Amino acid sequence: MAASTALSSSITTFKSSSFQPRASSMNPLPSVKFPSISSHNPISHSVSAPKNYTVAPLRSAAASTTPDTTKTATTFHGLCYVLGDNIDTDQIIPAEYLTLVPSNPDEYKKLGSYALCGLPSSYQTRFVEPGEFTSKYSIVIGGDNFGCGSSREHAPVALGAAGVSAVVAESYARIFFRNSVSTGEVYPLESEKRICEECKTGDVVTVEIGESRLINHTTGKEYKLKPIGDAGPVIEAGGIFAYARKAGMISAREA
Amino acid sequence: MAASSAIASSSTTFINKKDVGLSAFSSQASFSVQTARKRISKRIVSVMTPQQTERKPATTGSVKTGMTMTEKILAKASDKPDVSPGDNVWVNVDVLMTHDVCGPGSIGIFKKEFGQNAKVWDREKLVIIPDHYIFTTDERANRNVDILRDFCNEQNIKYFYDIKDLGNFRANPDYKGVCHVALAQEGHCRPGEVLLGTDSHTCTAGAFGQFATGIGNTDAGFVLGTGKILLKVPPTLRFVMDGEMPDYLLAKDLILQIIGEISVAGATYKAMEFVGTTVESLTMEERMTLCNMVVEAGGKNGVIPADKTTYDYLEGRTSVPYEPVYSDEGARYLKEYRFDVSKLEPLVAKPHSPDNRALARECKDVKIDRVYIGSCTGGKTEDFMAAAKVFLASGKKVKVPTFLVPATQKVWMDVYSLPVPGSGGKTCSQIFEEAGCDTPASPSCGACLGGPKDTYARMNEAQVCVSTTNRNFPGRMGHKEGQIYLASPYTAAASALTGYVTDPREFLQ
Repeated sequence: MAASTALSSSITTFKSSSFQPRASSMNPLPSVKFPSISSHNPISHSVSAPKNYTVAPLRSAAASTTPDTTKTATTFHGLCYVLGDNIDTDQIIPAEYLTLVPSNPDEYKKLGSYALCGLPSSYQTRFVEPGEFTSKYSIVIGGDNFGCGSSREHAPVALGAAGVSAVVAESYARIFFRNSVSTGEVYPLESEKRICEECKTGDVVTVEIGESRLINHTTGKEYKLKPIGDAGPVIEAGGIFAYARKAGMISAREA
Repeated sequence: MAASSAIASSSTTFINKKDVGLSAFSSQASFSVQTARKRISKRIVSVMTPQQTERKPATTGSVKTGMTMTEKILAKASDKPDVSPGDNVWVNVDVLMTHDVCGPGSIGIFKKEFGQNAKVWDREKLVIIPDHYIFTTDERANRNVDILRDFCNEQNIKYFYDIKDLGNFRANPDYKGVCHVALAQEGHCRPGEVLLGTDSHTCTAGAFGQFATGIGNTDAGFVLGTGKILLKVPPTLRFVMDGEMPDYLLAKDLILQIIGEISVAGATYKAMEFVGTTVESLTMEERMTLCNMVVEAGGKNGVIPADKTTYDYLEGRTSVPYEPVYSDEGARYLKEYRFDVSKLEPLVAKPHSPDNRALARECKDVKIDRVYIGSCTGGKTEDFMAAAKVFLASGKKVKVPTFLVPATQKVWMDVYSLPVPGSGGKTCSQIFEEAGCDTPASPSCGACLGGPKDTYARMNEAQVCVSTTNRNFPGRMGHKEGQIYLASPYTAAASALTGYVTDPREFLQ
């Protein structure tokens, strides 16, 4: 209890001092909510959070407001959902839902409701509650070889549609990593050590892209991540097409 | 090892001994090797070239140093004299394949990004193959095939293997079935080319000595508009398989052996090159089985040098000129694995991972509920011939429901028409019927990946299945608690006969 109180206050500080809300208009995602969990106990809420629970994915792309540095200040904050090794694409989005076409907005939304529904029953906490389209967990933590299996882009799309901002795993299957970057749906971040055994589903975490760092506020531990490198700006822009337009590599879209 | 070191030293006459040692298979030293290679490369051009007379490196211009065949294909496709692992290159795509599951999304992205009136980069280089969710009443699945058809009409796509009459696949002469097998049968797999597909098992086509890999919808949308893709040149793992293949083994056993050895992430980002006398003795279909499952080891592509077997298969299937490439003798590999195939035994991959390798005979106490023979990796003509051989040899009936899903219409025809050797002229279908198997189903991906609830042979209960498919992750064939044992068609047929996981030697010897 004492620990979590301390954590709450540290998050508050972090929130109020480090961020200039919406300073940049480059943010590709419209839903930026700031965590207001200082009045809550994050651990108790991680078990059964009310619907209006406001630990929502926080995306603050303030890169352009700090011209003295090229580092992105993109940060995600929220509850994490913890998985093991070799989470394949059938567990992320079972094949029976591949009839949903991700480029169709209604079906995109629906894909989110099925995210991670293929996990075996050994995962007792559901990722997305029945009847919901998004998950209360905005950061997914995994082990080795995350996203192995098929080339279905529905996998990173389902996670993104469910509200996941970042996956932090020890390593990725190649096609999942590439699809995450190409679509800009989720940041596929690599941890330097195996953190899926030190974090628990429902822990409150912050992922700082620029600092390549994951902070688990529930346990008070910090972990180094491998830098996302050149893939970062592509994801931040919203995928390869958005990035290529922004960078002038391809011309603006036909009206 | 010894042989390759010798090759390295002979082809690098001007390098001091230290560099020669490094140029073998040591991955940790790759950076220093690279430096050395660059430094000396210009001087040895004239020395190296005559040594490579039998394998012409001409396809990429003047080859300065050894390249693997994967590197050579990517160099050629990116108009560069040479490339090294780690280079990011813009590659010209020879063929892009998509299907009913990822096609509509790729088309959606193409239209959104390039405009509603945009045209694909080349109407003859796009191959569209409905195959995943065909024989279903699922409305969205049916709609997705309609989306493909509309797009192909609008774009005048040359190769669209359509199906309209779902009640009888044979009423659709254009319909093929499983994309990876259809690509080969229709002559779209050609040595030296780059083939991309919106399916992870696109790597199957590496069997033809080409670069083939799976991509997502967004990348495919980009290729549709530009014909290009940015690829990182992978380092190559080399698998040398020598020795006579025992008559109870199939290529599925070889690849399960390899994946068990290197794990499901052992080849992540890497090319897997298969060589050796055993590989040379394999038919095209067996080579396809080998390359099909490289993605189960995380591999980017699998590749087998083209030879007479390849050329014979292509004869009459394609009129497109192609130019095979071969790894140079001085090519550098991240690592080399050697197998004496004559010593291997029939294998399975136990639930729930393709690298969970075990000997089939070690699992003889595992009671099974069903057997499935089908898919891009285990539903080819020779796979059914192999199963029929076991049923024929035993003369017995299957003890569990045995589902047969030919990959393509051509395979289905073969199952019903080709005589099985030693059977006195019986076809596979006759032998299957006598053995009590289910009637061969309409060709498609079927239950390999579960699919819509009404998919034929989908695992709707938590059963135990021996399957000739390629994945056994939780839920792969439908039910999350289902258990899948991956095996060769021999092992699958033998297991069907006993109701337990069974080593095919019980019937084949």
